[in-house]
Amino acid sequence: MIYLDHNATTPLHPQVLEAMLVCLQEHWGNPSSPHSLGNQARMVMQQARARIAESLGCEPSEVVFCSSGTEADNLALRGVAGALRSRGNHIVTTAIEHHAVLHTCDALEEEGFRVTRVPVDPQGVVDLESLERSLTDQTILVSVMHANNETGVLQPVEEVARMAARREIPFHVDAVQTAGKLPFRLPELGAGLVSLSGHKLYGPRGAAALFVREGTPLRPILTGGSHEHDLRAGTENLAGLVGLAKAVELAVQDAAEEGRRLTGLRDELEARLSSSIPEIRINGAQARRVPNTSNVTFPGVDGESIILGLDLAGICVSTGSACSTGEPEPSHVLREMGVSRRDAQGSIRLSLGRGTRQEDLDLTVQVLADTVARLRRITSI
Amino acid sequence: MERETRPEENAGHGPALPYTRALLEHFVNPRNVGELSEEETDGFGLVGDPGCGDQMKLWISVSDDRIERIAFKSFGCPGAIATSSALTTLAEGRTLEEARRITDDDVIELLGGIPEHKRHCSLLGVRALQAALEDRKLRLQQKAIRP
Repeated sequence: MIYLDHNATTPLHPQVLEAMLVCLQEHWGNPSSPHSLGNQARMVMQQARARIAESLGCEPSEVVFCSSGTEADNLALRGVAGALRSRGNHIVTTAIEHHAVLHTCDALEEEGFRVTRVPVDPQGVVDLESLERSLTDQTILVSVMHANNETGVLQPVEEVARMAARREIPFHVDAVQTAGKLPFRLPELGAGLVSLSGHKLYGPRGAAALFVREGTPLRPILTGGSHEHDLRAGTENLAGLVGLAKAVELAVQDAAEEGRRLTGLRDELEARLSSSIPEIRINGAQARRVPNTSNVTFPGVDGESIILGLDLAGICVSTGSACSTGEPEPSHVLREMGVSRRDAQGSIRLSLGRGTRQEDLDLTVQVLADTVARLRRITSI
Repeated sequence: MERETRPEENAGHGPALPYTRALLEHFVNPRNVGELSEEETDGFGLVGDPGCGDQMKLWISVSDDRIERIAFKSFGCPGAIATSSALTTLAEGRTLEEARRITDDDVIELLGGIPEHKRHCSLLGVRALQAALEDRKLRLQQKAIRP
């Protein structure tokens, strides 16, 4: 099998699995318990927190463990909205965020908040002027993703951070698709809140973190015990957090070198697709992107049919589109970039990873060319 | 009635797909793909699914009240392609009355089932065939007016 869907999830790194097994078997105590088994678990948790803080360049007290990237995004958005409700009711985000942010904004609108979804240019980069114009004295939060999950296009979060800082507006960055892929330190982003998720960087599902810079106003969305600096109640998923910490550490160590390798493979893949399949378009190709992601439009054919054609040949890729009732719009991200509905429906995402080799991509190009040619003989448009 | 679907058997070997062997076979080797020339065409149908963007074109050639030749082209998901292909095999050689009575359930049965969220795909071919049959009627009426 050739797996080219690393933006969806990644396989567990063997060292992560090893660390988690030790934790599950030996350190199964509750970190809140007052006895030696609890103390041991608490120490393991402190080590995990310290390890993440060191890898990402923040303080251990600024790491809030939670269950998923979605929860981290929810905590950031609902947490700030709840804490600053008396100061204002306006939230600024982009039109291409992950549904974890967009649908949370929809829910906040129903609770009376006003949300501006700033558009992107045809390359999928948020329009900074439009974003700055949208900021008012009522704005209590700006949330912009670091890189888009479908296109890999990087957003100018450093500039947004400066705009938000000038007005003292809290800034959240969804870094789920960049943590471990790009060698950044958290302070460089300039954000008070940053989400990251374990399973996107060869760690486990069910383990994620929200970086909360000291002093950022935040109200918990899960209440109960005093876990996670009173910001996220619930007995900690210790093995998951140990796995997350190990995964972050390994990914950050390798990020620069692995990034260069993947950029080379990705660029070669795109060059060969362009030369062997007529009329294709690489979405966001002119923008800065994460190294591993390629989003390709094959006009005239349906993405889901391409995916099945590849799947039958043992190649796993993904699409933003879904032909099912109740999913009337293919990829909101591509549509916001000005891609037609039909072309959005004919787009797939290839996301490379640690296990990807040149020969995998050679075969993928060949199968893709055959599949698209076959589907184009069938197509009615 | 709950229809039994038998996705490809999978015990950790090969792809685990939500489709039956028959559906995959029609997806990989669709029957009657192509177009009929204007002279050959007695009826033409073009239908789209506004819900998911799929589109299908279907041509029929009729002789002695039977569908002698049928051809289709389809833009759509695997469900749309396979059900379009299956529909053409059901309609080929049938009398016009028999063709009119083909339902989406007939198509689904031929394929041994289809995932629930793909059921609407199977309507595309049936609707295209109905449209082609209607188109044939119109063409005959026009011929009668302007011989």
